[in-house]
Amino acid sequence: MLTSAKLLASALLAIALLAGTADARTVKWARSGDSLTLDPHAQNEGVTHALAHHIYEPLIIRDYQGKPLPALAESWELTSDPTVWEFKLRRGVKFHDGTPFTVDDVIFSYERAMQPTSDMKSLLSSVDKLIRVDDYTLQIKTKGPNPLLPANLTDLFIMSKAWAEKNNAVKVQDFKNKEENYAVRHANGTGPFVLVSREPDVKTVMKRNENYWGKSQMPAEITELVYLPIKSDATRVAALLSGEVDFVQDVPVQDIQRLQSDENLRVVVGPENRAIFLGLNVGDPELKTSNIKGRNPFADKRVRHAINMAINRQAIQRVVMRGQSIPTGIIAPPGVNGYTKELDVIPPNDVEKAKQMLAEAGYPDGFSVTLHCPNDRYVNDEAICQAVVGQLAQIGIQVNLVSQSKSLHFPIVQKDEADFYLLGWGVPTFDSQYIFSYLYHTKTDKEGGWNGTRYSNPKIDEMTASLSRETDLVKRNQTIAEMWKILQDETIYIPIHIQTLAYAMKPDLDIPVDISNQPKLKFLKIKKQQNQ
Amino acid sequence: MQKHQRMPVTRSRSFRSSLYRAWDSDLAWNFRHSPVAILASITTVSIILLAVLAPWVAPQDAFDPGAVRLEDGFLEPMDRSPATGMLYVLGTDSQGRDLLSAILYGSRVSLLVGFAAVGFSMVLGVMLGLVAGFIGGRTDAVIMRIADVQLSFPAILIALLVFGVGRGLIPPSQHEEMAIAVLIVAIGLSHWAQYARTVRGSTMVEKGKEYVQAARVMGRPSFAIMREHVLPNVLGPVLVIATINLALAIIEEATLSYLGAGVPPTQPSLGTLIRVGQQFLFSGEWWILFFPSMALIVLALAINLLGDWLRDALNPRLK
Amino acid sequence: MIAYALRSVAQALLVLLAVALIAFSMFRFVGDPVANMMGQEASQADRRALAEQLGLNDPILVQFGRFIGDVAQGDFGISYRHGRKVSDLILERLPATVELAALSAILATVVGIVLGVYTAIRRGGLLAHIIMTTSLVGVSLPTFLIGIGLIYLFAVELRWLPSFGRGETVKIGWWTTGLLTPSGRASLIMPVVTLAFYQLTLIMRLVRAQMLETLRTDYVKFARARGLPESRIHFKHALRNTLIPVVTIAGLQFGSVVAFAIVTESVFQWPGLGALFVQAVQFVDIPVMATYLLFVALVFVVVNLIVDLLYVVLDPRLRAGRIRPVG
Repeated sequence: MLTSAKLLASALLAIALLAGTADARTVKWARSGDSLTLDPHAQNEGVTHALAHHIYEPLIIRDYQGKPLPALAESWELTSDPTVWEFKLRRGVKFHDGTPFTVDDVIFSYERAMQPTSDMKSLLSSVDKLIRVDDYTLQIKTKGPNPLLPANLTDLFIMSKAWAEKNNAVKVQDFKNKEENYAVRHANGTGPFVLVSREPDVKTVMKRNENYWGKSQMPAEITELVYLPIKSDATRVAALLSGEVDFVQDVPVQDIQRLQSDENLRVVVGPENRAIFLGLNVGDPELKTSNIKGRNPFADKRVRHAINMAINRQAIQRVVMRGQSIPTGIIAPPGVNGYTKELDVIPPNDVEKAKQMLAEAGYPDGFSVTLHCPNDRYVNDEAICQAVVGQLAQIGIQVNLVSQSKSLHFPIVQKDEADFYLLGWGVPTFDSQYIFSYLYHTKTDKEGGWNGTRYSNPKIDEMTASLSRETDLVKRNQTIAEMWKILQDETIYIPIHIQTLAYAMKPDLDIPVDISNQPKLKFLKIKKQQNQ
Repeated sequence: MQKHQRMPVTRSRSFRSSLYRAWDSDLAWNFRHSPVAILASITTVSIILLAVLAPWVAPQDAFDPGAVRLEDGFLEPMDRSPATGMLYVLGTDSQGRDLLSAILYGSRVSLLVGFAAVGFSMVLGVMLGLVAGFIGGRTDAVIMRIADVQLSFPAILIALLVFGVGRGLIPPSQHEEMAIAVLIVAIGLSHWAQYARTVRGSTMVEKGKEYVQAARVMGRPSFAIMREHVLPNVLGPVLVIATINLALAIIEEATLSYLGAGVPPTQPSLGTLIRVGQQFLFSGEWWILFFPSMALIVLALAINLLGDWLRDALNPRLK
Repeated sequence: MIAYALRSVAQALLVLLAVALIAFSMFRFVGDPVANMMGQEASQADRRALAEQLGLNDPILVQFGRFIGDVAQGDFGISYRHGRKVSDLILERLPATVELAALSAILATVVGIVLGVYTAIRRGGLLAHIIMTTSLVGVSLPTFLIGIGLIYLFAVELRWLPSFGRGETVKIGWWTTGLLTPSGRASLIMPVVTLAFYQLTLIMRLVRAQMLETLRTDYVKFARARGLPESRIHFKHALRNTLIPVVTIAGLQFGSVVAFAIVTESVFQWPGLGALFVQAVQFVDIPVMATYLLFVALVFVVVNLIVDLLYVVLDPRLRAGRIRPVG
């Protein structure tokens, strides 16, 4: 059996090499997790969207650098009424089942996405009315002026109204209703690939959409796309090394060097639109997990600055991240509106000065505190926390580390139960408002959901609210700059780094790192191999 | 042959003390004639000694985050720290910890958790198994159904449950101190049923044998019969399970740490070191995985060989 | 006999209920499903609403009662993670695990007994020593490490075997099997060996220990004295008496093979119940976790019943009625 398997393997390899030289090719794409559902509005989650982008399309997509590109909308503009956006839709587009795409499908899909059980509804919370102008023109009226509406639409996929109605998939999955929604395992989009079969957690097979509207503009050289979730890091890397998969999206940082040295592989790295940072409980009168009673050391700005100074970001980058991160002094990733080089100042790593500042604040002997950390969410999250524990020990702060699954960690942050925690934050809208409203705004039912610091500043709250009203982009950017100036001095978060992503693939593929970690393989051009 | 000559002599002396002394010297005789046993016990004892004495023999306090230099991460064996000049005999791990020190400190945690958890589950399981098999009837049914419940859960889950409950009951400030105790109970409670079932099966067989029947007829109390006649005869399989479970308990502790329910990662056990080291299997830093794995293999091997020998030596019928 | 059967079934049901109850009291320590079910933009109010909708705010006993009530009607709920019926998911994943577990149980039992007998008969022999020692090295390492080591050797370096998945499977009704295709068979080898390793060692050592004891019992000595051939003594008399604890353990192991498949399945991306369960734990997919645990408990109860009956078959002394097997 072994020899026959070996023969088979070499036969397959030969076929793969032959196929590589032709212009048509099967691409096997592996990453650590599977899409949760094919229903485009049931889960607002990166991995799920990444797969959906190949079958479904939104009105606007982003390229690998985050730049908006027309997809199902050919153009869009704010009308003379600042609360109304107008979208011109692409003509001649057909869904996979052959039905033509019109404005009714867009209205249907957006209404579906606004249902109470949809996970996408918050992205459309500013929408007041969807107006059908003609078959290919849509107007969206918002409750107030919303200059950033198009940025919210890049993951809002368009379903066929007729198909959804026919298959009883008008509603998004409702967990009270104990039936499986048809859209969970079936799909009918306009995207570059057509779903062939799907076994959740095993594989999803797609074939090229021969009627794709963009076929003439794109390389579209992949005839078959097989999506394979492989959870274990070592197994995933092994599958690439053994040639069983063509493209691995989640490459563990420690393996990058080894893969780079393999001439049969191409490795690309690039920043993700996500910052990793520490949050401090600055609002409570006393820290539950500290030996200091009666006062809260983190409430003292000098303590926060001392911690900021004690963190050796370069060492974390070099050792923990194997060079695969960009140390940062601000929790807004570059590329996000509001980020500037001037704000991104990393304080010099100075243990003596930090100790001195702690002493000035009244903690010459330091204090103890518990750090909460996820161990299954960000790249090497637990190792980052361990490094922080060591570095803070050097200025006398004894940190107890509690690292656990994200399912336990996130509720602790959301429910204000941690004094000191690690968090990562991506900015899908590429605008600072997204950061202010979730991380700095006072925690209320609607805002500040991820602000676990108990920080509450009415001025910041008011300025955040003003950002969504302001239509003058120059003025709006001034407010953003002013807010960052205040918040950088407050230092309620200790920024650590911008996470980088690494993709590894066969050398005939060239897939750039997508800043949102959602590579869109319709743009993939397959290189002819000269040496074969 | 010698042994056979000794037995009657010891038996004829005054009852209890001489019995133990004979048992002792018999064991000693057996020990002196088994090179495997000697080697295994020397290894085990030295590992235990090194682990216990870790704070004095280790080059670095591996559990003190302040003593570990992140900048020294991933240094190869026999490298020196560029900053302090300290020699890392086995290299450093991904956090810059001296691997030799980490192994010494880690063995401490692993040995403690392993021995205590196995001891706990063995005592509990053997007792319940004896009672169930000997008394039978309703008692047996109840005990065995509880055992079924335990066996129905993957061991890791029971341990997670106990750990979670323990965490809920213990104030957060004492989590680190209590982590090991909770681990011992958690792992112990997830393994007793295996002993109970095995012992029960054998007890049912032994109970039917003539010598037990005879003891019963002579009016010996049940407890005494179980202890003197049944227990020694069921110990063989129990020791086999126990020796294997010791390694398993140490590994299970690592898995629990992996699930965020074990020792804090700043104080890694041997298993945790392996769990971390396996990330570097492809990347070339072989020593981070190799040395802790070797330590665990040698430890488990020595303990198991010792267990094998002990089982043979203790078994009256193997003489 | 009927009373006995009824009592067994009643006891089994009690065990299942207890498992479900313990499972439900455990879930809140696993985490909060809402954290995984909603995107980062969801507001606090949305989160609370979903928790309310899922009934997560109800007392544990109420949640437990609701689940049992639904199960009694054959409804195991909808997976939080997949949005699909849990019963469908379990049935879909079952063949992969059964195939893996059955093959490794067979491998472990057959090889375990053979090696156990061999090492007992050749006690002190060089090969016997090597076998005993190698097996110990194997159980001293975590399963995930053995799996990764095998992958590294056979998939990456030698490229003989696939590193993940089930290969091509063939559908027979609702059942899927990898045994009928070359890639399916090749995919089975490493996971089966990995999973069997621990059980194999246990069975081998158990057989050896029991063999050594029975070989020294009086009736074996009598058999020898009567001049019966060694092979007959070994296999007819000694092995037979060895089998009681071995059957106990092997039977138990089949149940726990299903349970322990968790790690193996995760390492090899094997699409079975264990992998389903691990992902359910990470996602806090309560309906899947609860159903899986009930299922494993059911397998266990059934296997135990069979083991108890086998006792009677294997040991004639138990047939005399002095000890009635219970359960």
